[in-house]
Amino acid sequence: MGRTVRNVVVIARRELAAYFGAPLAYVFIVVFLAMAGALTFNVGYLLESGVADLGPFFQFHPWLYLFLMPAIGMRLWAEERKTGTLEFLMTLPVSVGEAVVGKFLAAWIFAGVALVLTVPVWVTVNWLGDPDNGVIVASYLGSWLLAGGFLALSACASASTGNQVIAFVVGATLCFLAMMSGLDIVRTAFDGWAPAWVVETVVALSAMNNFQTIADGVIDARTVVYFLSLIVIGLVANSAILEFRKP
Amino acid sequence: MDTLIRIDRLTKLFGPIAAVRDVSFSVARGEIVALLGPNGAGKSTTMKLLAGYLVPTSGSASVCGFDVTTEPLEARRRLGYLPEGAPLYDEMTPSRFLEFVARVRRLDGRARRAAVGAAAEALRLDSVLHQPIGTLSKGFRRRVGLAQAILLDPDVLVLDEPTDGLDPNQKQEVRALLREVAGRKAVIVSTHILDEVEAVCSRAVVIAAGRVIADAPPDQLASRSAGHNSLCLRVSRDDAGSAMTAISEVDGLVAIERPDRTGPETEIRIMAAGGADRRDRLRRALDSHRVPVLEFWREHGRLEDVFRSLTQPAEWDGR
Repeated sequence: MGRTVRNVVVIARRELAAYFGAPLAYVFIVVFLAMAGALTFNVGYLLESGVADLGPFFQFHPWLYLFLMPAIGMRLWAEERKTGTLEFLMTLPVSVGEAVVGKFLAAWIFAGVALVLTVPVWVTVNWLGDPDNGVIVASYLGSWLLAGGFLALSACASASTGNQVIAFVVGATLCFLAMMSGLDIVRTAFDGWAPAWVVETVVALSAMNNFQTIADGVIDARTVVYFLSLIVIGLVANSAILEFRKP
Repeated sequence: MDTLIRIDRLTKLFGPIAAVRDVSFSVARGEIVALLGPNGAGKSTTMKLLAGYLVPTSGSASVCGFDVTTEPLEARRRLGYLPEGAPLYDEMTPSRFLEFVARVRRLDGRARRAAVGAAAEALRLDSVLHQPIGTLSKGFRRRVGLAQAILLDPDVLVLDEPTDGLDPNQKQEVRALLREVAGRKAVIVSTHILDEVEAVCSRAVVIAAGRVIADAPPDQLASRSAGHNSLCLRVSRDDAGSAMTAISEVDGLVAIERPDRTGPETEIRIMAAGGADRRDRLRRALDSHRVPVLEFWREHGRLEDVFRSLTQPAEWDGR
């Protein structure tokens, strides 16, 4: 057990250093902060709403993550496959599972860092008014869980190819599918012909709905379990793809 | 003998194509085995199978008694591996990279620093330790890859073209390093430089079309060459005629005249029927004709000739 944790930490540390060693990290953080800000103030009308909460800020996170998480996750395996370092990594005394978890954690921590950098928005709202900080903390947690779920799907896409562009497109598609299943358009497509439980299941599997639950300030065990399951499924699939797609 | 690498009827199919077919050989502690063969013969695939990167279709391989498929982590712990082309993380510095490998291999604190320092010194990496690997020359990259492989002084080294991209001095240093560690380890290297094989390796395994077609010490392999034990003479071109007359007086010799293209001398190569030693009689015949011999030597077989005759397509097409 100790050995596994150690290997995961060593892999994650290297990966995290690789993130911050490349310009992509800074580009990502700038884009994330700029877009989150623009959407919050120009589309969400945070200031004009006259209500001190961060709803307008969090409501756009699923849409931002839809392409930003695949952008973080796309290099995880595709780059290693392309440069040949995958062979080096896979012949170290590290199991596939340890490498998969380590790399995912690095990406997730990186996403967390970007999220933490939005704290000034939170501070601003507190300065302007008197928001429900419990809801905001829950929303941050939900946002980070959502990022994790999308990252696990993106890592999966990355493991299946040596091309980062393909990894990005496939990753974004997987995230889109996970997100859309709860929207009305999908719901109507199932309504009328599918049994009610199928419709309910599809809706329950929606990342969007689950995120909304937390963003409303309700930390429901089912929601947390949903996101953690999404991560676990993504990582198990990621390991399986790596085992299967050894050249 | 202490057998550290055992490869038993190893086969790897890629779809219908057999990259490696029924390859078996083993390597004991103290041996440096050269894996020879044309490009695409299956050398790298054999090494990848041994390192546990590929899963064999059938057959097995073990490192220090640990099967690479069923006990991969135990096997890898005892194996230093330089993959083909020495892939490295370009954004890391050699120092960080070696630290990472040391951590993965469970070295801590002072032991880790000592191991990284020793490997860097052995491969002369001190001057570039803190530059990103992506900015390094091919020679340095290869040496970082080697440093990584020898980092923990593993019992088994598997090195895919360790001297590729190095200049002659660096090649010499890597050979010296291999000779130095050889006594304690079992080493497999693949190479295209046949001089290297004769200089460092105790055995050569020749692979062509995925099969082992020869497994012998380099000198023994070289002795299979057609020119092995032939006698050679160098005379001035004017004396070539009388030399040929003298040779024709000795029974059972076949001589070929090869005038130098540019110089005024001629080389005569003499083969004895049945490989018998005719040096004495030849010398007496030459003396009696008063042929001034400039040089007289016995040719040893050349590994290159043997390699070519073993691996030319005509040789293995039918199998």
